[in-house]
Amino acid sequence: MKFGLAPATVLVAALSTTSLSAETLRLLTWGGYAPEDVIALFEAETGHTVEVTTSNNEEMIAKLRATNGGGFDLAQPSQDRIASAQEEFGIYKPLDMSMVDAAQFIPSMLEATAANTTYEGEVYGLPHVWGTSGLVVNTAEAGQVTDYTDLCDASVAGSVSYRLKRPTLIGFAYSMGLDPFAAYSDADAYQGILDEVEAALIECKPNVKTYWDGGDEIKNLLRSGEVVAAMAWDTGGWQLNADNADITFVAPEAGALGWIDTFVLPARGRADEAAYDWINFVMRPEIASMITNTAGNFTAAVDGDAEVSAELKARYQGSFDQAAIDNIKWYPPVPAGLEALEGATLDRINASN
Amino acid sequence: MTDKSKLGFYLLLMPLMLWLITLIILPHIGLFMVSISEKIGVRQYETGLGNYAVFFNEPLYWRTFARTAFMSIFTTVLTLVLGFPVAYYIAKLTRGRTKTTLFLMCLIPFWVSELVRTFGWMILLRETGVLSNFLQYTGVIGGPVEFLYNDGAIMVGLVYTSILFMIVPLVTTLDSLDDSLIEAGYDLGGSDYSIMREIVIPHAMPGIVSGCIVVFMLSLGNYLTPILLGGKDSLWFTGLIYTQFITRFNWELGSAFGFLLLALSSSIVFIGLKLSRQSLTETMGR
Repeated sequence: MKFGLAPATVLVAALSTTSLSAETLRLLTWGGYAPEDVIALFEAETGHTVEVTTSNNEEMIAKLRATNGGGFDLAQPSQDRIASAQEEFGIYKPLDMSMVDAAQFIPSMLEATAANTTYEGEVYGLPHVWGTSGLVVNTAEAGQVTDYTDLCDASVAGSVSYRLKRPTLIGFAYSMGLDPFAAYSDADAYQGILDEVEAALIECKPNVKTYWDGGDEIKNLLRSGEVVAAMAWDTGGWQLNADNADITFVAPEAGALGWIDTFVLPARGRADEAAYDWINFVMRPEIASMITNTAGNFTAAVDGDAEVSAELKARYQGSFDQAAIDNIKWYPPVPAGLEALEGATLDRINASN
Repeated sequence: MTDKSKLGFYLLLMPLMLWLITLIILPHIGLFMVSISEKIGVRQYETGLGNYAVFFNEPLYWRTFARTAFMSIFTTVLTLVLGFPVAYYIAKLTRGRTKTTLFLMCLIPFWVSELVRTFGWMILLRETGVLSNFLQYTGVIGGPVEFLYNDGAIMVGLVYTSILFMIVPLVTTLDSLDDSLIEAGYDLGGSDYSIMREIVIPHAMPGIVSGCIVVFMLSLGNYLTPILLGGKDSLWFTGLIYTQFITRFNWELGSAFGFLLLALSSSIVFIGLKLSRQSLTETMGR
């Protein structure tokens, strides 16, 4: 086995020396978080080059786990998935706050993220983009859908879609009057909640047209009118609203689910300096506005909404009044092992007839 | 063999061995090691067959497994039934330029990627898609009908994706059948049916078997088509493996599933060869 690995190791080592001298920032992020124009400005100002790989939470962790935290210099998972991933796989390295211009961050978000991404006394995450998931509804045809459980109503049978993933479990639990986040630390209580949600989702299954997987898939279903109500991200709803004024994001009565995507340093990233330069660059108010205009979500930058387009602001205010903002349920850090319980529940829902 | 030619032989063998060892054997050893480690706590693992036990104790997993196998076998049969007449027509009833053109037309859809072909089927089959609109236009159906998100759609996608791999070996073996043998059959008073059964099919058997093996393997290991075209009840085993690896972070169970899939496909191919009384060397060696 060792003899077979040796040539591969030499090859990898040879490749890595070449990329080191090129000063490249390998960024693992979400679609829309690193727009072309922002990259061009950053490259012109700092001389670094940026290579972007777009992904999602699970794939980011899986990619970094496969390489023990190598292959990328900066990643952007959601804040609730950092501490447990660090505990299980050790794929990140702690942040050096002296390298970060903390004054550019909204203090409350910076503190909340730091608290949620602390593992063994070290902080691993900085807040970047935040948003919510809730309901995207065609108000002309399904205006009665105002909460997650309304998706199971007979009036929208066959025209409903949601993902078979953890946000669905949590949204339904809140809508059913339960408090899943409070039960995070108590596996038995959480299992009890999951069992109730499982029964509800199995009963709801005939109502569902299909379980969606990707953002483009659900947007197509809503745009074509094949689906009239879905559980989805706020940005998806606002993008559709630009094409069809009837479709928009609705903050559910039980509360939209709030997430914050962060900056973290992979354990074996090699361009830390470029990574900190990127963080400080994109948190500038005018750059943050550019990112909000392409990604559709607001950032944790101070004055980051100053140059955001008026249409986007109007859509945001249309979906969220102050009460809806106060009612956002922010994801607390997921304890290690919780996903196994949720996975078994999702499997049973998937298998039921 | 002299020492010099021995060296040459080993040097020529090197690329193949390197490819086999680094890309196939080593990853499988690694995967196997992962599959026999059970997670007992955070960063704590112990060796055991627990992951394989999970598979047999959870009905969802082995049912999906059986479902995937049956649907792949059905796809293979359907592909054979649809592919054989096409191959026969190309090999026996056309000559020269027409033959090349027809063969090329079978190939053309494969110039674009599988993803694009699958999206093409989605556009055709969806509720607001081409087929549903056409049927409404002609008055066959009253309202929009959803053809997507069911097992039928998966079958269509799989057959379409793999039919070329059935036609190519069939055309090759049918080409090698001397026309005079068929003529002799008719001269001796054979009917269409008996000639097909006694002459054509026995001759084409190696092509049929190798085509079936390839199509079956492609269908069983397909990920894209079942995921995109299948509905809320259409589970596919490769989808389960992806879920375990990516969304559940459970590489241990995912690896065990991977090995079970390997064992399943190998044993079904073995049984298929035994039933058709063909040997692997004979089918693949032709």
